[in-house]
Amino acid sequence: MSNFTIEIREDRSIKVLDLAGYLDAHNSNELEEKLSELIHSGHLKIVVNFKNLNYIASAGLGVFMAYIEDVREKEGDIKLCEMSDKVYTVFDLLGFPVLYDITRTESEAFEKFNA
Amino acid sequence: MLNNAIRLNSTTTNLQVIREFVADNARTAGFGDDVVYKIELAVDEACTNVIKHSYKNDPSKELSVSISWDGKKLTVEITDSGLPFDPAAYHQPDLGAFIKQRKRGGLGLHLIRSLMDEVRYGRNNEKNQIVLIKELKNQ
Repeated sequence: MSNFTIEIREDRSIKVLDLAGYLDAHNSNELEEKLSELIHSGHLKIVVNFKNLNYIASAGLGVFMAYIEDVREKEGDIKLCEMSDKVYTVFDLLGFPVLYDITRTESEAFEKFNA
Repeated sequence: MLNNAIRLNSTTTNLQVIREFVADNARTAGFGDDVVYKIELAVDEACTNVIKHSYKNDPSKELSVSISWDGKKLTVEITDSGLPFDPAAYHQPDLGAFIKQRKRGGLGLHLIRSLMDEVRYGRNNEKNQIVLIKELKNQ
């Protein structure tokens, strides 16, 4: 049984990825496949909701590094929201808050797309 | 006082087992949840590097993780007999540049150094050893 799951939903033409469980070097390729599929099918406004993610290792952060530039070049973005303090610490230690929109709530992430 | 070790095949499937082993021992030593998380993550990153880089994803190889606690500090030693690792090749990562290059990795070592109080590397008898230390007072 996998200890990491991804659900995808759509809300007002924005794709939302709900991550749950433990994201590490073993399953980061599952996230990469899902994200890559979305981007290649033309979905460039993406919100990732971390509410139910208990753990993230740098392999998980690497997935967001690999695609953000391509998405932004096409005027889309990947916005990150609802991280626990533990998960946020990892993004913070690696300097993500300067380069990514990381919001407390999902609605704030949506507002940033509409701003 | 505490001294425990596990020996496992070099596969990312075992990262979860390693994290649970580390977390159980760190909790027993008296570390709080936030610090347990940091130690778990640092060990996960170090083992991921062994699996991917020292052993090039060869699951027939083995790595060992041992933990000791002396009442003040927790010491985790990760040992493998894979390719040598050169700590001098480490540079502070530039996330902005990595993003431009669509780079996926290169953050693990920086994370390990940020999360632990002390990090040491050694190579003896054809084995790599990384030692990670966390002091209880620093939580």
